Amino acid sequence: MTEISDWRKRIERYRFQGSECVKCGARYYPSRIKCIKCGSEEMRDVELPRRGRVVSYTVIYNPPKKFSKYAPYAVALIELVDGTRVLGQLTDVDFDKIRVGMEVEATFRKLYEYGEDGHIVYGTKFRPVVS
Amino acid sequence: MKPDKKVGIYGYGAYVPRYLIENSSIAGVWGKLATPIKSKSFPSIDEDSLTIAYEAARIAIESSKAPRDRIRAVFIGSESKPYAVKPSGTVLVDALGLSNKILSADFEFACKAGTEAIQAVSGLVASGMIDMGLAIGTDTSQGRPGDELEYTAAAGGAAFILSRVSEGVIAEIEASHSYVTDTPDFWRRSEEKYPRHLYRFTGEPAYFHHITSSVTQFMEEYGYKPSDFKYAIFHQPNAKFPQRVAKILGFTREQIMPGLLSPIIGNTYSGATLVGLSNVLDEAQPDDLILLGSFGSGAGSDTFVFRVTDLIEERRARPPLKSFLKRMVTRDYSTYVRYRGKIDM
Repeated sequence: MTEISDWRKRIERYRFQGSECVKCGARYYPSRIKCIKCGSEEMRDVELPRRGRVVSYTVIYNPPKKFSKYAPYAVALIELVDGTRVLGQLTDVDFDKIRVGMEVEATFRKLYEYGEDGHIVYGTKFRPVVS
Repeated sequence: MKPDKKVGIYGYGAYVPRYLIENSSIAGVWGKLATPIKSKSFPSIDEDSLTIAYEAARIAIESSKAPRDRIRAVFIGSESKPYAVKPSGTVLVDALGLSNKILSADFEFACKAGTEAIQAVSGLVASGMIDMGLAIGTDTSQGRPGDELEYTAAAGGAAFILSRVSEGVIAEIEASHSYVTDTPDFWRRSEEKYPRHLYRFTGEPAYFHHITSSVTQFMEEYGYKPSDFKYAIFHQPNAKFPQRVAKILGFTREQIMPGLLSPIIGNTYSGATLVGLSNVLDEAQPDDLILLGSFGSGAGSDTFVFRVTDLIEERRARPPLKSFLKRMVTRDYSTYVRYRGKIDM
């Protein structure tokens, strides 16, 4: 059941919680059970910093079916203030205003839905910083 | 109503979505000449009343540095819950990282569900059953295409953390009052997508009668007069009603303007008076007295009086509501109907 799989991931998606390698300090989002930098399997949960900058981005016009309601949407590689790089959807942004280096922050949005009568899956997206 | 133990606002936050549609744009589609407000907010395609509640609550918690493990109630007032059956508060508890030893419920009373939530949390805090609680008013309200409500039904919300005054609050609740009667001015039947209303009936026997009754009874019982207040916030289904009710009750334009946001963002329903209160708290000074009169169709009104304290400066909402208002962008009717799910595929 994919709904149950989504439920298991809710905390990391809701709180923007990744994993950190206890040995070398590398951080990952989504979480990993093994560090791909040093090979350690000693990982711990960590709430990631909510601000970062766009490193690269693209606009998706032909998405996987579960995201089709939201297309077109932008996906960006974001470098967080601690140096961790994550992939995430951008929201509340005009595509022609997205720039490499643009400051963004994590926000909480609908990711997708299992149809009109199914679960709504929430999680982290990124928007231009509101200050 | 006055609890034995004094209760107040420990922290607050408000949120309005980025998108705005001008009334002239809606009128252009439906051929109406008069428009009740200038523009209204509407949610992005990935927002709903729950994500709005999250934004407001997160600001409230982070700006006040409220200890998350001491928040033991989350009550959300809304008439646009994402699910007919499935609580919104449970998602918020996990998303905000609150303790799971917590009471949570969704409240509905048309546009006054948010102030109901404040009354309920206030009682729990005053009784000592909990240390702190979150009361939220949030909506992505619905208006049938072409209906009068489509010009005003908007989106937004605000969250308030309540605690005992002895914990240190930014505004003390001096007293409150509630008034309800069976007045069916506006309703949405089960499984219906859009609400219905009885046009001008929503004014006199509903909005005006309930707010004037609630506020007048409150002032008579507790000995306040309009000139005591620096600010007054009334429910704002459009631009005209709150200005008219203020005049009837003896409040001036200067008292109501800081809390009157409907001309620009529309009627945020359960969020309306609370978003107005947030905007007032963003500028209020210690010892300012604030009166709030909510209204919910069906019908009822809650009146509150808040006295601002010296802690206001260090716990103001960051970002303030004005930051969200400044980032708003205007969109046309076609974007609006797509984002609001008004196109049946």
